[in-house]
Amino acid sequence: MSISPEAVAEEIEDRVDVDDTGGGGEVGRARVRKEDQRLITGRTRWTDNIVLPGMLHIVTVRSPFAHARITAIDTTEAKASPGVMDVITGADVKDEQGALPCAWPITADQKSQPHPAIAVDRVAFAGEVVAVVVARTVAQARDAAELVDVDYDELPAVLDLRTAAAGGDLAHPDLGTNVSATWVFDSKEAGTGDDVDAAIETARAEGIVLEREYRQQRLIPSFMEPRSVVVDPTGEQMTMWSSTQVPHILRLMLALTLDVSESKVRVIAPDVGGGFGGKLQVTPEEIITFLAARRTGRPVKWTETRSESLLSAHHGRDQWQKLTLAATKDGTVTGLKVDLLADMGAYLGLVTPGVPILGAFMYNAIYKFPAYRFTCENIFTNKTWTDAYRGAGRPEATFAIERLMTELAVELGVDPLEIREKNWIKHEEFPFASVCGLEYDSGNYEAATARAKELFDYDGLRAEQKRRRESGDTVQLGLGISTFTEMCGLAPSRVLGSLSYGAGGWENASVRMLPTGKVEVVTGSSAHGQGHETAWSQIVADELGIPFEDIEILHGDTQVSARGMDTYGSRSLVVGGQAVIMASRKVVEKAKPIAAHLLEAAVEDLEFSAGSFTVRGTGKGISLGEVSLATFAGHNLPDGIEPNLDSDATFDPSNFSFPHGTHLCAVEVDTETGQVRMRDYVAVDDIGNVVNPLIVEGQVHGGLLQGIAQALWEEAVHDESGTLVTGSFVDYTLPTAADTISFTTDRTVSPATSNDLGAKGVGEAGCIASTPAVVNAVIDAVRHFGVDDIVMPCTPERVWSAIQSARAGGTSETTPEAQPHFVEGEPNQDPGTGAEGGTR
Amino acid sequence: MIPAAFDYLAPTSVEDALAALAEHGDEAKVLGGGQSLLPVLRMRLGDPSVVVDLGRIDALRGITDDGDHLVIGAMTAYVDLIASEAVREHATVLTKAVEEVADPQIRHRGTVGGALVHADPAGDVAAPILALEAQLVITGPGGERTVPASDFFTGLFETAVGDGELLTSIRIPKHTGWGGHYEKFVRVVHQWSIVAVAATVRTEGGTIAEARIGLTNMGLTALRARSVEQALVGCEVSEAAIGAACASAADGTEPPSDLNGSADYRRALAPVLTRRAVLAAAGG
Ligand SMILES: Cc1cc2nc3c(=O)[nH]c(=O)nc-3n(C[C@H](O)[C@H](O)[C@H](O)COP(=O)(O)OP(=O)(O)OC[C@H]3O[C@@H](n4cnc5c(N)ncnc54)[C@H](O)[C@@H]3O)c2cc1C
Repeated sequence: MSISPEAVAEEIEDRVDVDDTGGGGEVGRARVRKEDQRLITGRTRWTDNIVLPGMLHIVTVRSPFAHARITAIDTTEAKASPGVMDVITGADVKDEQGALPCAWPITADQKSQPHPAIAVDRVAFAGEVVAVVVARTVAQARDAAELVDVDYDELPAVLDLRTAAAGGDLAHPDLGTNVSATWVFDSKEAGTGDDVDAAIETARAEGIVLEREYRQQRLIPSFMEPRSVVVDPTGEQMTMWSSTQVPHILRLMLALTLDVSESKVRVIAPDVGGGFGGKLQVTPEEIITFLAARRTGRPVKWTETRSESLLSAHHGRDQWQKLTLAATKDGTVTGLKVDLLADMGAYLGLVTPGVPILGAFMYNAIYKFPAYRFTCENIFTNKTWTDAYRGAGRPEATFAIERLMTELAVELGVDPLEIREKNWIKHEEFPFASVCGLEYDSGNYEAATARAKELFDYDGLRAEQKRRRESGDTVQLGLGISTFTEMCGLAPSRVLGSLSYGAGGWENASVRMLPTGKVEVVTGSSAHGQGHETAWSQIVADELGIPFEDIEILHGDTQVSARGMDTYGSRSLVVGGQAVIMASRKVVEKAKPIAAHLLEAAVEDLEFSAGSFTVRGTGKGISLGEVSLATFAGHNLPDGIEPNLDSDATFDPSNFSFPHGTHLCAVEVDTETGQVRMRDYVAVDDIGNVVNPLIVEGQVHGGLLQGIAQALWEEAVHDESGTLVTGSFVDYTLPTAADTISFTTDRTVSPATSNDLGAKGVGEAGCIASTPAVVNAVIDAVRHFGVDDIVMPCTPERVWSAIQSARAGGTSETTPEAQPHFVEGEPNQDPGTGAEGGTR
Repeated sequence: MIPAAFDYLAPTSVEDALAALAEHGDEAKVLGGGQSLLPVLRMRLGDPSVVVDLGRIDALRGITDDGDHLVIGAMTAYVDLIASEAVREHATVLTKAVEEVADPQIRHRGTVGGALVHADPAGDVAAPILALEAQLVITGPGGERTVPASDFFTGLFETAVGDGELLTSIRIPKHTGWGGHYEKFVRVVHQWSIVAVAATVRTEGGTIAEARIGLTNMGLTALRARSVEQALVGCEVSEAAIGAACASAADGTEPPSDLNGSADYRRALAPVLTRRAVLAAAGG
């Protein structure tokens, strides 16, 4: 069954308020995404849909131990199993597999453990690949994988972040320490602000000092499409399809890691079903599939199971934040000190060490305080490696400061919105140089907050809260606030260089004019659910005056889009979109002399609008399509002009962009059970100008729920031996639509100055802002019992325990029992006790 | 995830199914809706060499009115149960419980019989079956026998259904005029019960005349909360009175501790959820 685009459009118009018509142009119009039909019906090239003649299949054998020495691997039986073509161990590919790349060494003396795609003599987390079976069918590979016999000698596993930081057992004995790197930013030293120690000292004497510790639990990105890789060796050329966010980076890294010529490697990211940062990686499985294809000379596919994905695709967050906030008695913040422990897991991924650094510049958020020091220790543990996850560093920072601002308000007995307003940058103060040395180009926190308050009925809800408290209602109401900003549009290459990131932050685009007047746009951005095909088409339609339908967006294939920096960090529109604009304008510039020639007019007399060149003051004109055809024919071109309108542009932004917003949240807490129910959520985001409001809505709603999920539901839990307990969606409690409410969203507009669209990026905003809004609301609901913190996720039991122990006059911290839901065959409880034949 | 290879049999009668089980002994595994068995096979926690699919046995599917009883075929899918007006009228608590099972996909595939034989203590069917004092009809090589719900669940994932036997139907005494409610406590909607309470209640003029309570996930099997049932008799339908009667709901239970809650927490939830279930069932 196929769904017509018209039916989809109708459905959306029924449900979504699409009153934006963008003032007549394509940009600003709430268009239904042109890629959705094929994505939603699945009739497309997901990597796992790709079937090549003679293709073999890989199944992995993974370590059940968090830390162990591999003493022997017997593959004899597996090799003899039906259909098996190869069984590969780490020892087999020890030299050729190289070490997986980390592109972000944050300090010169950063300690790093080489990360083999297949472990050779030691495993450092449960889930690390120790062998792979290559067979004719997946079923045969799976059967044979059961027969690979691995002997391990268990080593002490380092699992707790704070313990690991303190020393003791080592995640990697050879490194002699669990600390990978220590990174410091100090506003006094950087010359961007004052001395934080002095600020704290002063505040201790005559102001107020808040000291708090917050936990950013470990999360699992949980993209919809499990990862999949296909490698096709054809002669010397290796073609890899991978469900990746970063085909361009992947190609380069494959060449560097495996010592093959970059020119012999083609990487294709066909349609990719989500990533959230989880596919911003060069993975062991990509290397392994490549090696297997090279060894067997046959196409090879690897597709992960969901459990494999939860276990081995990189995790996110996992930090402890120690915070010291200094303020005057009237609530003016004077300084913030952040001491962070960040769990790298067992290995450093592509940007693992840099994730906390992306947060380092955001702890000051929308506020003006003058003194700041951030110290981060990156710590190794024997758990799945961590890396970027939606927001990467910035949600953690935002959470910390937004929780603190609320705590400060409580401490001083003022409204939490008031304390924020007192400290935030006023709209007339932009551009503003932050205490971290960033230049915030635009923003209007007053406007966003005023709009949010209007939509939220803040005063009415406060009155209801008071009533419920006074009547001792079992259901208490809590209001939470989060005002946030983020740096996105990664990033000016020079800044990345100064942070020792291994690559630039530019983006490339090219425009190809076809003879019939249709257009192909090649972009280096690599969409994996963001709707680039639609948004880019809208941009080009306005630039070139070509109908939306006549524009095709090509991406995600290094042979088609040779240059690209891919998609992450809310960068595609603000960097890649700008490159598309520049390339489009170059086409117009190239077409102009030809148009003038054909119109027998002077170039200076031509103007271009709505897809046509016209001679000023006359009715004479020619469309870009006609110029394109004439250029293709080449029969009548001005002397010395090349018969080609195609163009290419690369944009390196001069600054980040700084979306911001005010989010207000109301929750109901059932004090008898600890259950938290979302009641209202208002998000007013300022993301600058908008290309497609419908896509923006999608990004915001999804982002909000993902952030709310950190507050309430999600956590990767390991047991005391280092096994991932939340190894399936039965135990990793991902919310679905049924768990959420309808969000109220709106926007204010302070255009960015760093790109012609005035756009700021929206991919991460919702996810950054919502977590602290929800936790602030939960605490607000139970604050009167004496609760001032609950560890995330705020599970019913944790909320309930917090109320219980606050009532009893203590504080408590409950950590869940590391037990999955029962699985038949593996009872986690002794059936010999307690049962009384179903009755008692 | 791919299960180990197995042979697949799809008999069309109970006799043939029993014959297949007799022939293959403990090498064989019965397939109902597959919503519990398939995960086990796919994770390779079990590897039967023969799977006997009951899906083609029409006689095992459907709901019939037998006068005093409703008879539900073991292979009746959750959705068919939810759609049944007879069940909604005469065994309300069962409808309410089954509406809360997992998600729509699983409710389309999963069967009542499979759920009962699987006997997961967090499963939502056992508690209402206990509360309704159903009779479970088990058929084996020697013919049929009927086991009361109170004797059916014998341990964690263990029931009175023996090797070579099938659960064929469930006989539920009609609870016409009884109120019913299933109070399921979860963190996310599609989750297994952390704790749940099945209550079926008969009221006479503002007081409770009879009440039966089944607890989900408060031990290795679903349990009857008999002390609460007794305390509820004669109780006025008010939050305070019912709350007091339900206070002992967790007494003597040994609930599990897992990611979703400690045993202590579950013990604290049980009286609250029981009160809510009874109040809703009593229309309070
Ligand atoms: C993601 C997920 C979430 C779930 N959430 C819930 C939930 O919230 N609440 C809930 O109650 N359940 C839940 N379930 C389980 C679901 O209800 C299953 O359908 C049910 O437990 C088993 O029913 P089935 O028909 O699928 O049985 P199957 O999986 O086919 O069989 C289960 C067991 O019973 C045996 N069996 C089946 N039928 C018979 C028979 N007639 N006679 C003898 N033996 C038989 C099988 O051999 C097997 O051992 C969930 C399942 C999944 C996969």
